[in-house]
Amino acid sequence: MLAFIIQRLLQAVVVMLSVSFVSFALFQFVGDPINNMVGQDATEAQRELLRERLGLNEPWPLQFIHYIGNIIQGEFGLSYRLGIPVEDLIADRLPATMELVLVSAFMALALGVPMGVYTGLNRNSWLSRLFLTISLIGISLPTFVIGILLILIFGVWLQWLPTFGRAGVVDLGWWTTSFLTLDGWRSLIMPSITLALFQLTLIMRLIRAEMLEVLRTDYIKFARARGLRNRAVHFRHALKNTLVPVITITGLQIGSLLAFSIITETVFQWPGMGLLILQAIQFVDIPVMSSYLVLIAFLFVLINLVVDLLYFIVDPRLRLDSLSRGAH
Amino acid sequence: MTTPAESNLLEVQNLRVDFPTRRGTLIAVDDVSFEIKAGEVLGVVGESGAGKSLTGAAIIGLLEPPGRISGGEVRLAGKRIDNLAQEQIRQIRGREIGMVFQDPLTSLNPLFRVGEQLIETLQTHADLDEKSARKQAIDWLAEVGIPSPEVRIDQYPHQFSGGMRQRVVIALALCANPKLIIADEPTTALDVSIQAQIISLLKRLCREHGTAVMLITHDMGVIAETADRVAVMYAGRLVEIGEARKVIQNAKHPYTLGLMGSIPTIGDTEEELRQIQGSMPRLAEIPEGCAFNPRCPNVSDRCRKHRPELQSVDESSVACWLFEDAAVPSELS
Amino acid sequence: MNSQHDLLEVNQGLIARLIDSFKRAQDSDLYYSFRRSPVIVSAFIITMIMFLAAFLAPWIAPHQTLDLKTLDLMNAYLPPAWEPNSDPNFLLGTDDQGRDILSGMMFGLRISLGVGFASVIVSAIVGTLLGLLSGYLGGRLDSFIMRVADVQLTFPAILIALLIDGIVGSLLPKAAYNELKLYVLVLAIAASQWVNFARTVRGSTLVEKNKEYVQAAKVIGVHPFWIMVRHVLPNVISPVLVIATLSLALAILTEATLSFLGVGVPPTSPSLGTLIRIGQQYLFSGEWWMTIFPSSALVILVLAVNLLGDWLRDALNPKLR
Repeated sequence: MLAFIIQRLLQAVVVMLSVSFVSFALFQFVGDPINNMVGQDATEAQRELLRERLGLNEPWPLQFIHYIGNIIQGEFGLSYRLGIPVEDLIADRLPATMELVLVSAFMALALGVPMGVYTGLNRNSWLSRLFLTISLIGISLPTFVIGILLILIFGVWLQWLPTFGRAGVVDLGWWTTSFLTLDGWRSLIMPSITLALFQLTLIMRLIRAEMLEVLRTDYIKFARARGLRNRAVHFRHALKNTLVPVITITGLQIGSLLAFSIITETVFQWPGMGLLILQAIQFVDIPVMSSYLVLIAFLFVLINLVVDLLYFIVDPRLRLDSLSRGAH
Repeated sequence: MTTPAESNLLEVQNLRVDFPTRRGTLIAVDDVSFEIKAGEVLGVVGESGAGKSLTGAAIIGLLEPPGRISGGEVRLAGKRIDNLAQEQIRQIRGREIGMVFQDPLTSLNPLFRVGEQLIETLQTHADLDEKSARKQAIDWLAEVGIPSPEVRIDQYPHQFSGGMRQRVVIALALCANPKLIIADEPTTALDVSIQAQIISLLKRLCREHGTAVMLITHDMGVIAETADRVAVMYAGRLVEIGEARKVIQNAKHPYTLGLMGSIPTIGDTEEELRQIQGSMPRLAEIPEGCAFNPRCPNVSDRCRKHRPELQSVDESSVACWLFEDAAVPSELS
Repeated sequence: MNSQHDLLEVNQGLIARLIDSFKRAQDSDLYYSFRRSPVIVSAFIITMIMFLAAFLAPWIAPHQTLDLKTLDLMNAYLPPAWEPNSDPNFLLGTDDQGRDILSGMMFGLRISLGVGFASVIVSAIVGTLLGLLSGYLGGRLDSFIMRVADVQLTFPAILIALLIDGIVGSLLPKAAYNELKLYVLVLAIAASQWVNFARTVRGSTLVEKNKEYVQAAKVIGVHPFWIMVRHVLPNVISPVLVIATLSLALAILTEATLSFLGVGVPPTSPSLGTLIRIGQQYLFSGEWWMTIFPSSALVILVLAVNLLGDWLRDALNPKLR
């Protein structure tokens, strides 16, 4: 168990180091950071001073170590575009994205898992067919089209919900939240549905496939042959065995919610990380881009670690031969 | 036709199982009739695909769609069970008829402790509190020969060896005291050295509890050792049924003879080992007449056109035109 | 030495295989399930119509929307032909520049499909090649490729495409970037999709590699390249085809999304995603047709291709599920 965790942690560190290196390389090789920070009319002496102060005259391995040290201390540099420390920008934007992702993930799981289990158990009922048809449409609907449709229907035609922005935010000092006011929830509804819909259909289809797979296994047949009640066979034996993939999916899903939040935030002008990185890409704002890269990688690595640990709790087989599994 | 008798525990009459497909309906079990008396061991033999397992699944109501019973009746202690509602047949499974599957490695749910699986089975079929259910579970583990059951009960299936797992499976099948066990190739997936142990365990337990067994196997040796009566199936049909000793010593149907060929008989030094030519037809390609006719050494025109029914020959029943007049041709005895 | 001969043989083998599979197709489950399902038949017809509309756009589109000289601002903001104050010349209305929406969609479809096909072809070739190498050679190369694939699989395609696009954009000077943008986009989408191909091909290769005839070919000294081409490749064609179909849907979606975000195709060659982005700005003022029609075209196309892919997978290759 301990060996497994250590191994996973080491892997995580390797991934983080390589991502940091890529983002460091971005800094190093893309344009001249000095040019981006001072104006065209700065004197050569001023440039040299800044270069010296930023440590840009040192050999690159030393600079890389400085870079990593800064990241660990939470210093990501100055945004070229806004001239503000990137960590302040992120601290400002992170709560908006996190709340959006959290609400969407909850929606997608709370609806997707039961729908997947239902369609897996009742293959031929009309409701299953309906769910599956909807899911196929859901998987083919691009996120931004869902958002546009919602805005058109509920924002423009019915005028029930606000169509952009994050209203009713309460500042808690270290975090800003829209959970505490009605306005906050109202402006959260459409973005989170937009973000959740695709994931919901994906989860439903995967759970269904997994459920069908598990229902075909010998131990389910044997459970039936022992005369266990359908409830016990389906919700005790089958469901627990589909849990392992559910955990994986949830992990991957939070990752892809982070990615897709870029689109949702664009459609609804939601002031989160996604909007930040998109603007950074358009303006070639390297410090913001590379920080985003490091931050996203960190979140992914963190999620993967949690997923691995959850496997451990669910599946007793891993507790014994975790080492041999971890090795490949 | 068999006549239903009071002492029969299980009666299967003209059972037919088919699979509707787009190229027509495939008949997997065709007009099969037999009975099992209380406490009796009936061996069902045949090559894989002969319909043995499907017959077992049909009896216990676990055919997988699109497979379905399309004819005949199954009676347990005189009561029809082939047309019961889901919930009623569920109450029969485990409590009246137990089942043991081929592969002990996959029969147990890997995510639940062995004890949890035993206790839930016990509690499903009898009103037991947790404590007495656990005690019974430990007793059952001891009874199937698992050492230190108090420890093993809290272990997961992957911590047991194949043979030990099959013992657990047998405990699970027997723990609600069913009157009949359907054992579907219970030893095929095990090491040869362990097979005999499992078979003798099953035999001993069933004798002690008065449980009848329908032992499905392709191994004539197992039958010879275990069964009171034997039924031989070929391509979904019953071709011979009778007392095990008689069928083994004096097989009638050319197919049974072929199966016997693999067991050398003491004394008959001059008899060569028989081998059945060819292989069993696929369901979609079962020939007209006797299904065995393309492989039969004694085939006649009649076999190719008309299908023989089961008929009594010397205390056994055989479906073969060779015995129409009940006169046994000498070269076959 | 005799590679010329080998190649010829490969071709003959492939052609014979194709003819054979075509004959089998007449009686196959594939053809049967195709004819049986009206949904699949309509999906096929819709896909074909879209392909044709895109391919023939320069000849059959009612207006040449890419030619700026033909635009007339007097025609701007016209609603679809069935609405009041419309112009029958513009069936689905016009945008803010007076461009015909229908024609714009046909040219947009052309770009969308072009980028989609190109990136699927690139990722299929790269993925198949890496999968073959990985599976056949094994060892360190294998574990390296699969490790990269694992890591990449946890990152969503859209994010990878976005980051690649961003990084390349920042590496190249602005002018060169705009010129190369379409290619960068194709490469970015392809880079996000090669993993699916590589994994499947590797799996099939591992199975095929241990079969007797491959071992025999090895023993008599056939070059590994020819073993792969002649024995392994034919066995992976049908799963690759299935993945390619599903990838096409995903590639079209990814391109549309990137273009919607404004980092996709250059403005000089607007795709469906670009049209939707432009139209979105006029949603609030009531000009819904600018965004709804291109959106519908995109959704219908992706749905049809997804349906075909799902059906192909189920009918052709039950293993893949």
